[in-house]
Amino acid sequence: MKRLNWKGALLRPQFAALAAVLFINWLLFPGFFDITWQDGRLFGSLIDVLNRGAPVAILAIGMTAVIATKGVDLSVGAVMAIAGAVAAVMVTNGTPAMVAVAAALLVGLLCGLWNGVLVTFLDIQPIIATLVLMVAGRGLAQLVTEGSIVTFSDPVLIFIGTGSLLGLPMPTVIALCLMVIATLVVRRTALGLLIEAVGVNRSAARFAGISSRLLLLLVYTFAGFCAATAGLIVAGDIRGADANNAGLWLELDAILAVVIGGTSLLGGRFSIPMAVVGAMIIQAMNTGILISGFSPQFNLVVKSGVIILILMLQSPMASQWLSRRFAPAPLRKGKST
Amino acid sequence: MNRAMRPLLATTAIFALAYLAAILQFPAMLSTRVLGNFLTDNAFLGIAAVGMTFVIISGGIDLSVGAVIGFTTVLIATLIMWANMHPLLAFAIALVVSAAFGAVMGAAIHYLKVPSFIVTLAGMFLARGGASVLSPDSIGITHEVYTTISKSYILLPGGGRLTIIGLVMLAVFAVCMVLAHRTRFGSYVYALGGNETSAALMGVPVARTTILIYTLSSTLAGLAGIVFSLYTSAGYSLSALGVELDAIAAVVIGGTLLTGGYGFIAGTFIGVMLQGLVQTYIVFDGTLSSWWTKIVIGALLFMFILLQRLVFSASARAPGRKALWKT
Repeated sequence: MKRLNWKGALLRPQFAALAAVLFINWLLFPGFFDITWQDGRLFGSLIDVLNRGAPVAILAIGMTAVIATKGVDLSVGAVMAIAGAVAAVMVTNGTPAMVAVAAALLVGLLCGLWNGVLVTFLDIQPIIATLVLMVAGRGLAQLVTEGSIVTFSDPVLIFIGTGSLLGLPMPTVIALCLMVIATLVVRRTALGLLIEAVGVNRSAARFAGISSRLLLLLVYTFAGFCAATAGLIVAGDIRGADANNAGLWLELDAILAVVIGGTSLLGGRFSIPMAVVGAMIIQAMNTGILISGFSPQFNLVVKSGVIILILMLQSPMASQWLSRRFAPAPLRKGKST
Repeated sequence: MNRAMRPLLATTAIFALAYLAAILQFPAMLSTRVLGNFLTDNAFLGIAAVGMTFVIISGGIDLSVGAVIGFTTVLIATLIMWANMHPLLAFAIALVVSAAFGAVMGAAIHYLKVPSFIVTLAGMFLARGGASVLSPDSIGITHEVYTTISKSYILLPGGGRLTIIGLVMLAVFAVCMVLAHRTRFGSYVYALGGNETSAALMGVPVARTTILIYTLSSTLAGLAGIVFSLYTSAGYSLSALGVELDAIAAVVIGGTLLTGGYGFIAGTFIGVMLQGLVQTYIVFDGTLSSWWTKIVIGALLFMFILLQRLVFSASARAPGRKALWKT
């Protein structure tokens, strides 16, 4: 029982880290926790963290599912660019906004399906299968926008990027909804268990009667959908589609968020809400560096420092050392619980 | 014919066919001028891709090479322009720094048992961040050594120019081919990529080899950075953005298996040349926009992955399905 508590405490260092980052932000900027109500929506640094962190959080939701199957999706940034480009071009050509949004999401689903087909049916390693779309995707996005930055003034698209619902910024609302739905789906049904089974051992899962191919297809398609959603948000936020820079390097932030969230990169153990918390930690750090007056160049250095710290804490070496140091005496005698 | 060489031969044949098709359309592409420019323009990519080949043969991946190139260019530029250091001394310091960087990453991968993907991702953030902390702006380099190097070349028959940086790349490929296929270290790398546990049981010094592999990759990335700074005469923290992906693409196109344990340095050379060919073709064509380069390279990558699948499912002893990351 005692051991369970100890493990339970270990599972939640993310909250401690988030609190620590927020606390440091508060030290740097005393008004950090001030939230005001203005023009029917909330304003404040904390809300800004939620708002700016939403795209990475959404990517991280899809990425968590992919990583849980022992895969990785490098193409999400490129898919964001493609989805944004499709929506922007359609809207500027006079297509109704809802159709454009649906088309962008469909394109995201198709991109994910493509990745999934490469991984499942052609049996290519995920990192390489998605590398193809990562390399070609930005080219495709530029093909759609014909190389220029397509700007638009469509109210629906702009609402997705900058609007608000119940006082909360729209991106946050979307991210929250996706997180809740995805978590409920994987935890209230057997889907999460099946995903973990495929992540631990794909062939064993197949022998156990799980249709791992269908499951993998589903997971990559979902990641593509999430990427398209994030792409729409980013496009709506800047009121334009930038094929070169939309979502640039965000796949790495998303992977980082998932890792911070404690999802095992070796598959088989995952948590969607924790990945979202990880995305919030990253965004809180970004905001902290911005308001601290340090030049944004320190952003990457701090980020890498945090990754290194997390890696060291998660490594088998550290856990061995910790268990030797802190394990209660009975455990060391090899008594199993 | 050695069965194991089939992917290399296939890559070479495809390159020859593609080049032939390009020549048929634009006869001007068959000249030593174009070939010389091929070598010069892709020198930094080629050098970085050689290091990546070693990493991938050992079953890992190095995402930090582009960032190390960027960092090296900025480091050299600051040392030369701000510290008034002689370029050769600056080059030496840059190589030492990048080697140490790789050694630390290799040690982290081995001792912390973290996937190379994540360690080198952290390394990428660190190197890019370090570069922009040194100087967020581009620094132009003016020094007589730079002008001398950029002006000296070997004139090939037909007016082509074999520049120093092109020669450096060829030398790196030659040395590393020997290193991979004719030395004990090379065998260790292949053994590690085949199966780390078996390699350890057979007496391969896993820790030392892992650290050396990433040191080699980072040192070559540092050298690529030097070449890049000679090529552009500037240091910029965002230079060589995404080169790691081009390098991985070159390695894959060159027939190296991403599961590790199998690959060729010579194949990587063809992979780099094929990417150069695509770029040159698009320049010659003139109507195709630059984004076609990305699409075509993506398509090529896809084609070669399929090719590998076919070749290996055709051969009797197909390498088994392996995890994406080694634990």
